[in-house]
Amino acid sequence: MTLLKEPDFGTPERPGETTVSVEVDGLSVTVPEGTSVMRAAAVAGIDVPKLCATDSLEPFGSCRLCLVEIDGRRGTPASCTTPCSEGMVVRTQTPKLEKLRQGVMELYISDHPLDCLTCSANGDCELQDMAGAVGLRQVRYGYEGENHLDAEPDTSNPYFDFSPSKCIACSRCVRACGEIQGTFALTIEGRGFGSKVAASAGESFLDSECVSCGACVQACPTATLQEKSVVELGMPSRSVITTCAYCGVGCSFKAELRGDELVRMVPYKDGGANEGHSCVKGRFAFGYATHPDRRLKPMVREKITDPWREVEWEEAIQTVATRMRAIQDTHGPASIGAISSSRCTNEEVYVVQKMVRAAFGNNNVDTCARVCHSPTGYGLKQTFGESAGTQDFRSVAEADVIMVIGANPTDAHPVFASRMKRRLREGAELIVVDPRRIDLVRSPHIEAAHHLQLKPSTNVAVINSIAHVVVTEGLVDRGFVADRCEGFEEWADFVARPENSPEATEPVTGVPADELRSAARLYAAAPNAAIYYGLGVTEHSQGSTMVMGMANLAMACGNIGREGVGVNPLRGQNNVQGSCDMGSFPHEFTAYRHVSDDAVRAVFEELWGRELLAEPGLRIPNMFDAAIDGSFRGLFVHGEDIAQSDPNLRHVSAALEAMDLVVVQDLFLNETAKFAHVFLPGASFLEKDGTFTNAERRVNRVRSVMKPKSGKHEWQIVCEIATAMGYPMSYDDPGQILDEIAQVTPTFQGISFKRLDELGSVQWPCNVEAPQGTPTMHVDEFTRGKGRFVVTAYVPTDERTTSRFPLVLTTGRILSQYNVGAQTRRTGNVAWHAEDVLELHALDAENRGITDGDLVTLASRVGRTTLRAKISDRMPPGVVYTTFHHPVTGANVVTTESSDWATNCPEYKVTAVQVGLAHPLERHASEAVPEAVSATVGAGRVAGVD
Amino acid sequence: MTALVPSEQRMANQIAANLAHVPAGQAAEMLAGHIERFWDPRMRARLVELVDAEADDLHPVVVMGAGMLRKSRKK
Repeated sequence: MTLLKEPDFGTPERPGETTVSVEVDGLSVTVPEGTSVMRAAAVAGIDVPKLCATDSLEPFGSCRLCLVEIDGRRGTPASCTTPCSEGMVVRTQTPKLEKLRQGVMELYISDHPLDCLTCSANGDCELQDMAGAVGLRQVRYGYEGENHLDAEPDTSNPYFDFSPSKCIACSRCVRACGEIQGTFALTIEGRGFGSKVAASAGESFLDSECVSCGACVQACPTATLQEKSVVELGMPSRSVITTCAYCGVGCSFKAELRGDELVRMVPYKDGGANEGHSCVKGRFAFGYATHPDRRLKPMVREKITDPWREVEWEEAIQTVATRMRAIQDTHGPASIGAISSSRCTNEEVYVVQKMVRAAFGNNNVDTCARVCHSPTGYGLKQTFGESAGTQDFRSVAEADVIMVIGANPTDAHPVFASRMKRRLREGAELIVVDPRRIDLVRSPHIEAAHHLQLKPSTNVAVINSIAHVVVTEGLVDRGFVADRCEGFEEWADFVARPENSPEATEPVTGVPADELRSAARLYAAAPNAAIYYGLGVTEHSQGSTMVMGMANLAMACGNIGREGVGVNPLRGQNNVQGSCDMGSFPHEFTAYRHVSDDAVRAVFEELWGRELLAEPGLRIPNMFDAAIDGSFRGLFVHGEDIAQSDPNLRHVSAALEAMDLVVVQDLFLNETAKFAHVFLPGASFLEKDGTFTNAERRVNRVRSVMKPKSGKHEWQIVCEIATAMGYPMSYDDPGQILDEIAQVTPTFQGISFKRLDELGSVQWPCNVEAPQGTPTMHVDEFTRGKGRFVVTAYVPTDERTTSRFPLVLTTGRILSQYNVGAQTRRTGNVAWHAEDVLELHALDAENRGITDGDLVTLASRVGRTTLRAKISDRMPPGVVYTTFHHPVTGANVVTTESSDWATNCPEYKVTAVQVGLAHPLERHASEAVPEAVSATVGAGRVAGVD
Repeated sequence: MTALVPSEQRMANQIAANLAHVPAGQAAEMLAGHIERFWDPRMRARLVELVDAEADDLHPVVVMGAGMLRKSRKK
């Protein structure tokens, strides 16, 4: 494909059923009422010259290039700010307009460096294009007068430069930062000739509030804001449409290349998830794919203390197959298994679970989604009948009240957060349920109506109290409940009990009863109220209960089955939804069908030609336990760093050390690879070919931007291992794998590469009943028929604070980093986050003699680490927070084995800890507490203890 | 809670605690059903062994549920 440039209609679409017809340069065109003259002209195929207008931004009317003449009207109005009216006759090209436009362009050019031939934007500059479009042939004004040509560039941002000498003060960057991103970091400082773009209060871009989403760079019509990669490598010449491999938003991008070299990633306007927007990770942080740390050759070693030995693929695959079979011969068929990855494609995940079930002959396959969203799968299946979110992302634009529970979208799902913030600026009300004061609580033009700052681990008590208010104050949608649900009376009786009242739970949750009552009334009374949630819901001992609690609340208020409502998980990794859909849980085939279902199993047995087990296999934490007890001895880890990401790393390390064979497939020699006997090089998302499924169930194509650097696709490697183990698996291409998935998976029945090329993307279920996919689920009835209310009793976590460990640690993610940081630490994003820090309240710091920036110890009953303290008013007293992006910190050395009662999803959000000043000579280090002393260990040099 | 409690016991007790709002007999059935549906056979066997060995601190519902698992295994 050559370089793809999407059409720009100049101003945004104005959807509506009422239309008006106008004539533009003799051509008739009918458009929705409210459409600008500029857009109508573009629809008719006529490009009106423009500089300050672009269809991702509201019209501004400042550049005066888009002037038109309209019959019966005086003057020359700007076509971008003039709406069409019925019968309007417009002329876009007249001698008068030509003269005016040339005059305007002369003024622009008179203060613009004439270095087009050497400019990085040469060939991709709208100013250059417009000079041609208006027929500019002379500039009568010289450079003698005052100008901006000597303005100093700002090169502080790792990814783009700001060259004010090239700025035409069109404000597109400022408007993009506000309207699209919603950060409002940019402004026009000064007036008249002194007007200039400024980041925050005249700071450098790096030091400013800019979040480097790239919207300003995208909007800039000149080279004023330009990717460094374009400056360095030159303008790209071809595009490949693909999907980001960071968070669960699943943004579509144009990978723009020059030859075979990737120059930049540009958000794709037709991407269903992102519609032309991006964040700092997807837009810029792709350098890890070509980082020198990548390992491109397979490696083997007999023992984990031996040095690695590079081998050819054949030897590596044969080693895996031989040693896996040898383990099974000695210890039984159930002694090996695999972990699939939410970073890999649906097709790769599918073949991994197929290898386990058909070639390994057991169900010991689990996905890394175990440690993030397994409670979502359980809870939504129990209540709604489908283990997935109910809406598409666009739906938030119809919400009147948005309840964000245990999620921090501006950091973890920034592109969706921008959609949400836009709706909030339009007037939707916001309820935040979170122990931390996340940015959404109060940020430019946004303020939460209610911040229910609950104590960690009390989610279920809070949701039950909200439901208590709904039930006892007569706020239930009786019609919806009667028509579409079951189990209501039992549930309503339960939540109406006095012990679930806000007043009764306040001492437990810390949420003032009157605040909670107000929030409940706001949610229940809204025409459309939507719940969005994240790992602050799922990663608890009652994660599954809380998911069901939210589903109960949504059903009670009739907030299911249309746009603007719903229960919506914000998935952590790019393909969490897909990896779960693809049958990589140990108890389920694709589409969440239990292995004990004879009819379902028969479908797979017939297609795969193997008898399959009807018993569930081991989940990830169970694999670790079984490894330590000696019954599980061989593990294939596909694209996941369990030795950094999973809780209680002492336990994980002991399990990995106990195994006879650990196979790691990854881009880098990660922490888990330290325990591996075979390393298989993986393919970055730029090399993959297949599909990802994002948090809104949208199946997106992932297209190879470049060939696999290791020489093999990951699905090929898995197939070759299975084949070497005596179960032949082969496909010509990943499209065949998707075809097989469609054959055995009712919700994917209508999905193929061809269909995705036609539609761009599609949300499952996509089948005969829904050939265009299903943006909103449970419209007329729930997947399970009736929506099921489930009683959700609050059970306090076993992970309690004590005098020895009096604080609660909660962990999470920040904007610039991703998961264990394997990717983002190898990019320029380290400019914003070079190390994990511990956020704590000033009171907790003062009590321990800690000042900002001090090196402190963080200790729990299972481990201890050191990191820098950051005093933060985001934290309530008694709660501390850190990220787990850096292995040197090893935050998960501290987290414990406590997990969700239904799914074993670890309780990352609640660990009892102590914090104290580290010894002056102590450096960053993490260490596990030996199991024998874990129950009695202290917290090191802690004020009041030592 | 300590790390030295067998995982199966800790997990089963936790399931039982989350079913405390249900009458004991029904809770035991639900616990057994959940474990049948989600636990690997060796974990179920280990739990039954712990119950048979009368391990300390087993939730009564777990003991009842393990009996149902035992019967189910024999079928």
